[in-house]
Amino acid sequence: MSGKILKKADAFYDVYERKPGADKLTTHYCPGCGHGTLHKIIAEAIDDFGIKDRTIIISPVGCSVFAYYYFDCGNVQSAHGRAPAVATGLKRANPESIVISYQGDGDIAAIGGNNILQAANRGENITVIFVNNAIYGMTGGQMAPTTLLGQKTMTTPRGRNPHNEGYPLRLSELLSTLESPVYIERVALTDAKNVLKARKAVRKAIKCQIENKGFSMVEALSPCPSGWRATPVEARKWIEEKMMPYFKLGVYKDNTKGKEPYIPPKEEFTTSEIEKIIGIAATKGKEEVRIEPPAARYRNPAIKIAGFGGQGVLLLGEALAEGGMRAGYHVTWLPSYGPEMRGGTANCQVIISDDPIGSPLVSAPDVLIAMNRPSLDRFEPDVKKGGLIIFNSSLIDRRPQRADVEVIAIPATEIADNLGNTRVANMVVLGSYIAKTGILTKEAVISTFPIFIKRRDLIPLNEEAVQKGIDWVEG
Amino acid sequence: MEHVLEEVLPRIEICEEECKGCGLCIHYCPPKVIEASPSLNSHGYHPAHYKGEGCIGCGICFYICPEPGAITVYMKPSKGEKR
Amino acid sequence: MARELIKGNEAVIKGAILAGCRAYFGYPITPASEIAHAAAQYLPLVGGTFIQGESEVASIQMVYGAASAGLRAMTASSGPGISLKQEGISYLAGSELPCVIIDIMRGGPGLGNIAPEQGDYHQVVKGGGHGNYKTMVLAPNSAQEMCDLTMLAFDLADKYRNPVIVLADGFIGQMMEPVEFPQARTVEVDKPWAVKGTRETRKNLITSIYLSPEELEEHVRKLARKYAEVERNEQRYEAYRTDGAEVVTIGYGIVSRILHTVVDRARKEGIKIGLLRPITLWPFPKKKIEELTKQVRAFLVVEMSTGQMVDDVKLAVKERKPVHFYGRTGGMVPSVDEIWEKVKAIIG
Repeated sequence: MSGKILKKADAFYDVYERKPGADKLTTHYCPGCGHGTLHKIIAEAIDDFGIKDRTIIISPVGCSVFAYYYFDCGNVQSAHGRAPAVATGLKRANPESIVISYQGDGDIAAIGGNNILQAANRGENITVIFVNNAIYGMTGGQMAPTTLLGQKTMTTPRGRNPHNEGYPLRLSELLSTLESPVYIERVALTDAKNVLKARKAVRKAIKCQIENKGFSMVEALSPCPSGWRATPVEARKWIEEKMMPYFKLGVYKDNTKGKEPYIPPKEEFTTSEIEKIIGIAATKGKEEVRIEPPAARYRNPAIKIAGFGGQGVLLLGEALAEGGMRAGYHVTWLPSYGPEMRGGTANCQVIISDDPIGSPLVSAPDVLIAMNRPSLDRFEPDVKKGGLIIFNSSLIDRRPQRADVEVIAIPATEIADNLGNTRVANMVVLGSYIAKTGILTKEAVISTFPIFIKRRDLIPLNEEAVQKGIDWVEG
Repeated sequence: MEHVLEEVLPRIEICEEECKGCGLCIHYCPPKVIEASPSLNSHGYHPAHYKGEGCIGCGICFYICPEPGAITVYMKPSKGEKR
Repeated sequence: MARELIKGNEAVIKGAILAGCRAYFGYPITPASEIAHAAAQYLPLVGGTFIQGESEVASIQMVYGAASAGLRAMTASSGPGISLKQEGISYLAGSELPCVIIDIMRGGPGLGNIAPEQGDYHQVVKGGGHGNYKTMVLAPNSAQEMCDLTMLAFDLADKYRNPVIVLADGFIGQMMEPVEFPQARTVEVDKPWAVKGTRETRKNLITSIYLSPEELEEHVRKLARKYAEVERNEQRYEAYRTDGAEVVTIGYGIVSRILHTVVDRARKEGIKIGLLRPITLWPFPKKKIEELTKQVRAFLVVEMSTGQMVDDVKLAVKERKPVHFYGRTGGMVPSVDEIWEKVKAIIG
């Protein structure tokens, strides 16, 4: 009969086949490094919780970039600092997986500072192991955001100076001010007592994720004997004497008791349900109404519609394009956008054509609908000879100067005002255009309203406005 | 005579080829039953070596050791699981 | 056939969902934001994920995570955001992860403006990130193709385990046109390499790091072989009225629509010009251009840039025929008349 055995965890590979070189039995870490200790604690927890198959460890940039040599679980290597974003993608894709983001101080608190902040704030149900050794180990001993004041590194050769580099960043404290994180603790890999506390914390953090409670992070003050030019034992003393007074150990946040588990809903849909949800099923088999073609001079119009923002010129264009499409024409609709969008004006360009449309740009319109004076001033010269200008005479105090075009002057804003809503002036103008040209019927136009007009109770008013425009032209 | 054949528990086993000679187990072992071996392993380290008796099965060397497989601790069956 | 009048940007998302995409991570930017709006609207309703990332840098890495997990995932942005995503794109290519990235181009450099331009060609087609990699690039010129090419992009991405970029200008993104949506697909692409947090995928590793020079060179060579295969198999283009054309115009995106009109006008007047529209910008349709080189007197490349794609045309033509260029920038769009003048000058 034998007792409990503490041995190499099952979550480690027996032989590190991914590790290059002849030695596939020991880690690549320096003697006395804290990474190994943390790896062991994590691996033991994976064993004890029975989550080896579900676990995915993200190896960052830093000394632990090769964590995937050792862990017999899913492994993803990520860009410097981005592990929390990668973890977000992994976890959201498979919420049943257990995602552990293993990061060093430069990775998490410098280059990836915003990534950890935002992942924590989203409350991603992941576990972050933050190894704080106050230095950039892998790249050769440069300053980390957690380098202590006065600490000499390759990039602070005279010691960290608060006037030049600021103060060491306390990430656990910072993140614990956020609402979402569930569990944050700082531990130290020093003597037996603290290592066992670290073990407890790592287990709790992983359990927090298993129980679907949300974001957890353990910050481990970790020895870097090589980077600090200290013996392994001295390095641990240095943590106790230099780091711990500034980076105080303890639990910074713990909502594990009160927090309700949240399991994201897992839904699957059939292809026809998906088509319905994204609104394409409704368009299938919809009847198109062929209408009588208009007089030759009004066919295939390139239309420019312009006015103040808020006069509904984009919507007027959409109604024309949608109506045209339903009548079986080729159509394009292009909003004002870019350099044309200035001075609070809006315009759009609509083409309704018997043939497929090449350029959707309307530089010389057949039809100009001008809802305000700047629009008439600006676009009148561009209208094609023999074209049509419809202008809102309520707001435009001059007639077009062109003698080679047809003109409709319509007091659209006044008509709309009399209907009780100046905003339907666009529909009044639309009515006048279809009445003048016959390009679309009133029915074709109003059949499009349910798409554009969100408030159903306003549809009758818009219909009335179209009719008023028709009446204005037909007298 | 049967109990003579029984394993002496608790005890530790050190895989000397997995040891990097960092000395942490030696430093932190409460009963001080680990020492540095005078011989070198193939990596050029003086590996930790169990003196052969006096282990109390506390597990501290296991957790303090950074190498996943360097130390194995065999605990006593009946005495509690205190680590 | 019934069609839906829809913005190109929205058609992207409907197409993506029909192609089985279930994750979108992005950051807002004009003129690409409608893609994010539509993704936020629809993806959660079909069991998918939408996250507005904290930055483009983060968003592309979320795509990296979801793609690692085997999900069809995407992001979208415009030039300044694509610049930020280049870090992630290099990692995605290096780790051979499939995903789709949409770039709705605006004016640059710097903040430039929000008007349409085609100045991202080099950063997208030549690979704006570090290292020896390629991304496939598809260039739609209609709302319909915004849907269709997004769907194709997911298929190509999975087929080659590589990021695919859909490169469109602001006009193609903002324009509404009728779109006929295909049926939704049940996508079951076998991804035995993915890391899903399951027993079957436990041994898998997603990485772009190959520490030893020998291994990295081997990896880069393997990628190069894949890219060569893509170049052989995937060159796509539309040749419009190139039969007997003396001058072939070349343009993509909104410019190809304008050139279409120019070609029709010229043919009506008996001037023999045609249009070659690259649909894949990488792989560039070199074979077709080589073939046309034998027939034409000259090429005219038109871009909304100071001349980026024209470099690839010149590489394909190999100085055997003159390659003329006309470009506008800053949101200024080359007009039919401007191009017409240029064509007449070339024809003589």
